Amino acid sequence: MNIPLRPREFTEAAPRANTAAGLRAATRARPVNLKARLSAVLMLLTLAGTGLVVRAVDLQVLRKDFYQEQGDARYLRDVPIPVSRGSVLDRNGEPLAVSTPVESIWVNPQELLPHAGRIPELAAALNMDETVLRQKLEQRADKEFLYLKRHLNPDDAKLILERKIPGVSAQREFRRYYPSGEVMAHVLGFTNIDDRGQEGLELAFDEWLAGKPGAKRVIRDRLGHVVEDVELLREPQPGRDLTLSIDRRIQSLAYRELKRTLLEHGAVSGSIVVLDARNGEILATVNQPSFNPNAVNNGDTSIRRNRALTDVVEPGSTMKAFTIAAALESGKWKPNTPIDTTPGTMPLAGHVIRDTSNKGQIDVTGVLTRSSNVGAAKIALSLSNDHLYHMFKRVGFGESTGSGFPGEAPGVLPSAKGWGVVEKATLSYGYGLNVTPLQLAQAYAVLADGGRLRAPTFVKGAQNPERAVIDPALAQTLVSMLETVITPRGTGLRAAVRNYRVAGKTGTSRRAVAGGYDSRYISTFAGLAPASSPRLVGVVVIHDPKGAYTGGMVAAPAFSRVMDGALRLLDVPPDNVEKWYADGAGNWAPIQAGDAAPEYEPGTANDDEGVPE
Amino acid sequence: MKRVGFILFALLLLADIASAIGVVYQRHEGRVLFIELTKLNKERDEMNFEYGRLQLEQSTWAEPNRIEQVARGQLGMDSVDPADVVIVRR
Repeated sequence: MNIPLRPREFTEAAPRANTAAGLRAATRARPVNLKARLSAVLMLLTLAGTGLVVRAVDLQVLRKDFYQEQGDARYLRDVPIPVSRGSVLDRNGEPLAVSTPVESIWVNPQELLPHAGRIPELAAALNMDETVLRQKLEQRADKEFLYLKRHLNPDDAKLILERKIPGVSAQREFRRYYPSGEVMAHVLGFTNIDDRGQEGLELAFDEWLAGKPGAKRVIRDRLGHVVEDVELLREPQPGRDLTLSIDRRIQSLAYRELKRTLLEHGAVSGSIVVLDARNGEILATVNQPSFNPNAVNNGDTSIRRNRALTDVVEPGSTMKAFTIAAALESGKWKPNTPIDTTPGTMPLAGHVIRDTSNKGQIDVTGVLTRSSNVGAAKIALSLSNDHLYHMFKRVGFGESTGSGFPGEAPGVLPSAKGWGVVEKATLSYGYGLNVTPLQLAQAYAVLADGGRLRAPTFVKGAQNPERAVIDPALAQTLVSMLETVITPRGTGLRAAVRNYRVAGKTGTSRRAVAGGYDSRYISTFAGLAPASSPRLVGVVVIHDPKGAYTGGMVAAPAFSRVMDGALRLLDVPPDNVEKWYADGAGNWAPIQAGDAAPEYEPGTANDDEGVPE
Repeated sequence: MKRVGFILFALLLLADIASAIGVVYQRHEGRVLFIELTKLNKERDEMNFEYGRLQLEQSTWAEPNRIEQVARGQLGMDSVDPADVVIVRR
């Protein structure tokens, strides 16, 4: 049926057929290759799939850590857990150094600079010059952090933050306060703006006090609020408190008396050390001149030295106690062995050793009582170099005391091998070696504590092993010999403390300068009280007093006043009250007070110790 | 048999949804508590700081020099004259 129609179709459609036929002919010439298309599509799909898999493996397996990290970085944050510095307390728990929080204002310049119109407002709030602030901001325009003002009172900081200036925030920091100010300044030292110890015990115990800041990882939301603690990275270790052996009351007292003594005698500088004789704990260490640790400026740094530990002096006659100790130990001398010091001078190898006056025929005790250089030299010359050297060494001279204080001086004790007769003689009365006031206190503590040497310590209850260096009986003998110094016959009457027995030794030395000695003096007193059962050891060193300059006139009164107060503060029972009230029946007997320090004119009752040529 | 499977499926589905809601709820609860904890920690720190400040203040008031000045000046006190000391022995 169809076949006859075909020719007609051809003819009828002829006019249009030309193009259509052409088309059809063209398609027929390139027939549809389904297979090829299919495989092309398949190939593309496979490629795309493989690409995806490769990329997925790349992202999920190969570079997973990187992307994980980047992702976490968008919301996980490691934030520090700040810790505050521990307090420093005195032996009774009174605070001596306390850290309190303060606010530091900082800015993100990148956030603030687009709002430059608010810079004047910010400058006014900070009390800063506007151009300076602008300059600072522009210098750090590419940074994200700039301190504007540090250590502001939290209330002041709040006022600034309330202005809501873009990019301005506060950061909590800590500032150290020292309520005792200059009284404790040398002992404690101070911290820098980052709250790290710079000097003194703040430096020595920095690690202990500072603690270790912790760190934690948190999740933060878009606005920067912490929404969750993820993990603790480091346990924060808060700064620990430090309890010192210092007694704030005695420290204040000593500081006041030192200041008073310096004023009275026009002296330049000075130190007082008070030790507990029973355990070597340092109860007070004061120096003048001092500084305010709450406002340290970088001017004169010499006022920051803890002179009692870092500065050395020639101890002068205070050394005689140890010369005599060696003499008694040798067995060649007894406390009452006579010595002739006439005529008050002694020529020795081209030098002359002098006493202030001719003290005539005295005994070994008298050498201490009246501070005879000739007597001490004669005794020293009878002893071997080694013996004398070892005595000085045993009581702690010539090496650091081990108190752990930064910058402590060891002093100088020349080795016995190099001693000639002159060196030996001068060493016997305290020249040719130098010691710190603390070393002197440590040495007198040996006498006070039955011949036991202990390193002085600033820490209450510190492990402080003792070492027996002198026979206890000898130490006892020396203490009673030193008691004769604080009598009208001796050089140190003004060191007397009412109601207590005091033992001690005065010292006066010329200041050593390059090539010889200056006409300026160092006035010293080292002593202990109560003598019957020593509790406190005190050393007073005054540099360059004007007018009266001897240890008995300058240092001894300061010693007396400090000890008087300290013995009362520590409730030490008096051992020199003439009569004890013993009647329990309510009958009160009159009490006669013990030795009071009488007033006397200089040069009338005391024999000032000599100074070398 | 088919029915048992369906019920089991429904139960598991419900348990799944319940557990999901539970997780979300706990998570929320955790965050609320965490915010509370942060607040309390902060409060504790503030109190510690306040304590430090008070300690400082007390220490400034109790400065031995000041006490002595007040005792001698305002209160007319004096230390005992050693001659007036009576020692009682028990």
